[in-house]
Amino acid sequence: MPDATFLDSTELVLNMGPQHPSTHGVLRVILKLDGEKVLGTDCVIGYLHRGVEKIAENRTYAQFNPYVDRMDYVAAISNGLGYCLAVEKLLNVEAPPRAQAVRVILTELNRIASHLLWLGTHALDIGAITPVFYCLREREEALKIFEKYCGARLTTHAFRIGGLLYETYDGFEKDVRDFCTMFLPKVDEYEELLTNNRIWVARLKDVGILSAEECKEYGVTGPVLRAAGVKWDLRKAQPYSGYEKYDFDIPTRQNGDTYDRYVVRMQEMRQSVRIMEQAVEGIPEGPIMGKVGKVIKPPVGEAYVSIEAPKGELGYYVVSDGATQPYRCRVRPPSFVNLQALDRMIRGGLVADVVAVIGTLDIVLGEIDR
Amino acid sequence: MRKLLKTIFLVDLFQGLWVTFRNQNPKCIYTERYPEERPKVAERYRGAPRLNINPDNGETLCISCNLCALACPETLIVVTSQRNEVTKRKDLTTFTYDTSRCMFCGLCEDACPVDALELTQDFELATYTREGQIWDRQTLEEGPKPTQYKC
Repeated sequence: MPDATFLDSTELVLNMGPQHPSTHGVLRVILKLDGEKVLGTDCVIGYLHRGVEKIAENRTYAQFNPYVDRMDYVAAISNGLGYCLAVEKLLNVEAPPRAQAVRVILTELNRIASHLLWLGTHALDIGAITPVFYCLREREEALKIFEKYCGARLTTHAFRIGGLLYETYDGFEKDVRDFCTMFLPKVDEYEELLTNNRIWVARLKDVGILSAEECKEYGVTGPVLRAAGVKWDLRKAQPYSGYEKYDFDIPTRQNGDTYDRYVVRMQEMRQSVRIMEQAVEGIPEGPIMGKVGKVIKPPVGEAYVSIEAPKGELGYYVVSDGATQPYRCRVRPPSFVNLQALDRMIRGGLVADVVAVIGTLDIVLGEIDR
Repeated sequence: MRKLLKTIFLVDLFQGLWVTFRNQNPKCIYTERYPEERPKVAERYRGAPRLNINPDNGETLCISCNLCALACPETLIVVTSQRNEVTKRKDLTTFTYDTSRCMFCGLCEDACPVDALELTQDFELATYTREGQIWDRQTLEEGPKPTQYKC
């Protein structure tokens, strides 16, 4: 809590949230204000705490899989991939090539869906109401592919430890190809709406600057880090699930302000389409499930696997004591780490920019509170 | 100079408005008129649970192996059975499924060795009471019966 609970003539303590629509969930930000200027912020989190890490200790490895979808519910498939990779590392098995290719397609599709929801709500926060309609329209197409593939739209439970449960449905490749060809002109459309728009530029340029040094100090990852000019993407740095086979660029920008983060995410969506186009061309034939027994009982040990989720580095640290249940499962969520940079980004700014900065961090409270 | 003219003639704003104008086509409408129009859910959709019966003789397919109850992360399935002295097999007596706690992960469906338990395409699960969320064997076999209210 800020120490200025006794209000003097200049300072005002204002609660933003937890019911504020622009905090993207149940984030409470205590703002210390001097007129319109923000002197400091304090985040209160934990309103959505469900004890997911503790639940993991009371479930078998396979049973915990659906719970990870409920952390970052906007990008559930990425969460599932991270957890499955961590347990696979513990078991020392690898998913077959066909499973890996399908996993890459679905996670990239999920990245696009996540970024689209971010773009729509971020624009809505800033005051542009049109993009959210178009973004959700295209997101619907991605969710339809998820629904056809695994039977759920949001909390998908798409992957299993060791590979996949579901074989691709008839016409999966066609659906993905159609999405790719349909989607690129739509990104141009969003850019037409926003990139040069004077209100958009005025609201975002030089707001919430976070330099590369500060990003590294805070441990901020994902598009926020790349917008500051650091070429760091775990898909390139430590490839997993066969990402080394695909040719794509890491979009970076130099200034590290809110506008740059917007541009980076827009380019990331185009790169995701590029990866999907390559992956869907050569889905290898073969089995979809690796050599994993009915009862998953990993040897004693520990494994940490981090993947590039849409929001940044998502890490799973699983400790096994040889039983059927994990001894400990620690999650390193990108949103939680990125949120701590909020104070640094907004201090000295204006109240109106708080909403822009929270939006640009692309946080999901389900993941922060777990 | 060009930039100044662009600013004066609001080029950036008209560019955005042109996008909005292009999308006025009624073909672009994605809204579903839900109660009148039934949405078509995917074949693999995981919705309301169903306990399948053998269409030939009307007997349940369930062999009361209890694997679904063990697979369920929320332990919301309770299966009870009785040993049949004639066939030396277990006969299903009750099967309860608490849909209020279900997260439709599909693990019970995967675990079932005889494809008796299945998550269907039915997605309308609202009831008027909490007790209505707990489905017994009859509800699971015949599907939920909506409460009829006079309007």
